[in-house]
Amino acid sequence: MVVALFIATLTAATLRVATPILLAAIGETFSERAGVLNLGIEGIMFFGAFVSFFVADLTNSLWTGLLIAVVIGCLLGVLMAFFTVTLGVNQHVSGLGITLLASGLALFAFRLNYGGRATPPSIPPFEQLTPLANIPILSTILNQYLLTYIVFLVIVPISWWVMYRTSFGLKVRAVGENPEAADAAGINVFRIRYIVLAVGGGLMAMGGAFLSLAQLGAFTHGIIAGRGWVAIALVIFGNWNPSKVMLGSLIFGGAYALQLRLQAMGLQLPIPYETFLALPYIVTIIALVIAGRKASYPAALLKPYHRE
Amino acid sequence: MPLLKFRLEKTGAPLWFRGLIPPITLALTFLLTSGLIIWGKANPFEAYYYFLIDPLSGRVSFLEVLVKSTPLILTGMAVTVAFVAGYYNIGAEGQLYAGALAAAWLGTVLGGVSTPVAILLMVLGGFVAGMLWALIPALLRVYMNVDEVVTTLLTNSIILFIISAILNGPWRDPQSGWPQSPEIAESTRLPQLAARSRLHFGFVLALIAVAMVWFILTRTSFGLKLRAVGLGREGARFAGIHVERSMLLAALISGGIAGIAGYVEVAGIQYHLIGELSPGYGYTGIIIATMGGLTALGAAASALFFGLVETGAQTVSRALGVPVYLGEVTQATMLLVILGMFILQRYRIRRA
Repeated sequence: MVVALFIATLTAATLRVATPILLAAIGETFSERAGVLNLGIEGIMFFGAFVSFFVADLTNSLWTGLLIAVVIGCLLGVLMAFFTVTLGVNQHVSGLGITLLASGLALFAFRLNYGGRATPPSIPPFEQLTPLANIPILSTILNQYLLTYIVFLVIVPISWWVMYRTSFGLKVRAVGENPEAADAAGINVFRIRYIVLAVGGGLMAMGGAFLSLAQLGAFTHGIIAGRGWVAIALVIFGNWNPSKVMLGSLIFGGAYALQLRLQAMGLQLPIPYETFLALPYIVTIIALVIAGRKASYPAALLKPYHRE
Repeated sequence: MPLLKFRLEKTGAPLWFRGLIPPITLALTFLLTSGLIIWGKANPFEAYYYFLIDPLSGRVSFLEVLVKSTPLILTGMAVTVAFVAGYYNIGAEGQLYAGALAAAWLGTVLGGVSTPVAILLMVLGGFVAGMLWALIPALLRVYMNVDEVVTTLLTNSIILFIISAILNGPWRDPQSGWPQSPEIAESTRLPQLAARSRLHFGFVLALIAVAMVWFILTRTSFGLKLRAVGLGREGARFAGIHVERSMLLAALISGGIAGIAGYVEVAGIQYHLIGELSPGYGYTGIIIATMGGLTALGAAASALFFGLVETGAQTVSRALGVPVYLGEVTQATMLLVILGMFILQRYRIRRA
């Protein structure tokens, strides 16, 4: 019973930890499949976390906060598209530029609005859903935020379906593999890339918003702490396939959740607890090495398309 | 793109336009960020004065600009060397911390040696530490084809955990309990260059680094090879260049220079290692290298300018109460504007 409960809590925590990273990673999957590496991911998540918190605090509505964050995430995605698709500049540099800009703006606005307070501001976060509350083990796993349900049961399946079973998905993949041929076949390369970067930006911001609106009920400087970079690694690990990316997010989430559990149990370990914090990042690198041998990058990734 | 009466032609922009690019960039950047200043309830023109003019008008604040630009020059050089060879080292931030870690340790064990010897040994120590931290992503990139952008970003996070473990463990200050390493010995600190100023010998080290990177990139066959690899790996391979070895060396030199940036911050400013040693110097180095057109002298010039922006942001913050993060926003905006400008200067507008 104790073991079963431990596994149930661990599973529940795994799903919670995986949620924001998976959201962002799905957004990144589509961007990269269309040929654009969006390193703006970390900053867009950070901005999403801030804006959702700020608007929710202002309007007393968590859902309004979430909505505005997603809209602004889309706009940041469009900004990324302007640089990488319209202007065709280096994707690494423009992505990092977006990250620095978005982080700077969020910190600026946060300081301006909450600067003088002695205690960090907080809001009442989203409540967890409690289906099957009277079945002991199962209820522990199923006590999750609505967004977690939406990601795993709606967004991932739909993403997979769109990517592999719709003409839009086919276009996205064509644009990322061979934009010249796609263009010749009558696909608007620029429009497809703009759409996926906008939608991707929205998903990244939603991931950030999950952290501030559901998990924390607050906004802190370290709220994203490299989760965007982990999401980029997961996309490679998942071979640009939404369902495999989900699997990767669960592995990362599991490693992270285990670390949290071990810390919470207060075991006196001979190694510092930072070892466990670093572990998911090390696992991700090892996973990249293993997956790297057969990683099949979208052929047109990082290459701007110019119509001659 | 057939416009109504004009068309864009893909040749270099006219010379007079290229001369206008720096002032246009500056004007556009400040136009774009002026909304934030107004939101911060300040007058933009007054803010620009404190931002760009005031720091240069006084001796102390002018020297402070040089202090701020010291680590930026070094990370700018680090990123330049890697990017020139087409190795996207985003890990200068982590490599800086590796160098800082080495310097903090050497500073406590080298108490007996003279300052020049300490400088020599600690430059070497910082370089080797930065290089070692850059080694794994570089090897994975070159021999196993693992994307260096992702691995260097992940290793940036990992070293912060290592530093935190050390500062909260063996190196925790026994008296104050603060998570900071013991102070480094007096003789291992970088000498001050000017009275009543924080300007230290690290600035000279940074200038030496600029000279060396300039020389390597423009005056040696190794530099030529790096640039050839950066322009196209297949072409470079065809020309008989060891592509793997060149990229590996570029990555390691880059990591080493970033490590020295960590050393100068520890030995010139803080005198011990803290977790918040760098407010993102490694990432700013990427902006600086890009704005410098991946040349040593261009990057050095943009690093000096960014030193001014960082100092100016603090002046604005003190004088007008605008949040200091205005500096970060300005830097990022300027990067994006200049990226756009790079594209513009490739075109001419002609009548159709």
